[in-house]
Amino acid sequence: MTPLSAYLLLSAFLFSIGLAGALTRRNAILVLIGIELMLNAANLNFIAFWRYGANPQALTGVVFVLFSIGVAAAEAAVGLALIISIYRHYKTTDVNEINAMKG
Amino acid sequence: MLRAEDGSRSARGVVWCSPDAIMTAPYIILALLTLGSAVAAMTLRNLVHCALALAVTFAGLAAFYLQLDAQFAGFAQLLVYVGAVAILVVFAILLTRGSDTPQHPIFSAGSLLGVGIAAVVFAVLAFVIRSSSLAGVQVPFAPDAAIREIGVRQIGDQLMTKYILPLEVVGLLLTAALIGAVIIALREEPKP
Repeated sequence: MTPLSAYLLLSAFLFSIGLAGALTRRNAILVLIGIELMLNAANLNFIAFWRYGANPQALTGVVFVLFSIGVAAAEAAVGLALIISIYRHYKTTDVNEINAMKG
Repeated sequence: MLRAEDGSRSARGVVWCSPDAIMTAPYIILALLTLGSAVAAMTLRNLVHCALALAVTFAGLAAFYLQLDAQFAGFAQLLVYVGAVAILVVFAILLTRGSDTPQHPIFSAGSLLGVGIAAVVFAVLAFVIRSSSLAGVQVPFAPDAAIREIGVRQIGDQLMTKYILPLEVVGLLLTAALIGAVIIALREEPKP
């Protein structure tokens, strides 16, 4: 079977891709997609630790992932609604141009 | 059925060996698919293409969950992410007129710094994973028979007994998010 560290490394790489995207893209929707990728990387870690752990009958990892998916779905819905609202106001989704609160 | 041929599959599927790691062919295929589509989702110029690549990434992760014997989480991932979140992203792109390919640069001015930060984060995480005692874990601690007994019934039992309070809180959160998203996205009334 694939070693546990392979899943952890994959998840770390996925997290880094999401982080790089969230930090560098100019479109707000792509920033949100990057955050979703980071959340999913964490979920993969939960499942991998649950599968390789000593007590899978407790189902801790699976249940945590279910709650995490629920919270991420709520986050995506509210985030995209905010982006649509911001687009109506500023006529742009470019995060560099939405700087009204810049000090 | 899937479990029965697991042992023979992993015995046959060994294609890549290093001193301390043996990866099976399904893992490598899924990893390439998931990471490739994740990179595509973050680098493509057209936003609709990004959303489609994102759906492939989510499906690849669901396949990983199935490979790790978490069937319910895998299908929940498919339903929620591929079925709902990816479609929601496509709707948001179309509503903000992001479907045209942008002419201006798609990355911020300091994008090299952002990529550098992500690379440093990955280097630190990889170093920690490789140097931890978990790096040597090749097979699960629990016997396969213990995993085989776990099904949707056990997850439902746990959700209805031990995790009933978090379940209710998540239900409340989803309701609040539903109402909040509708209110936020409501068209602003013109001032009289």
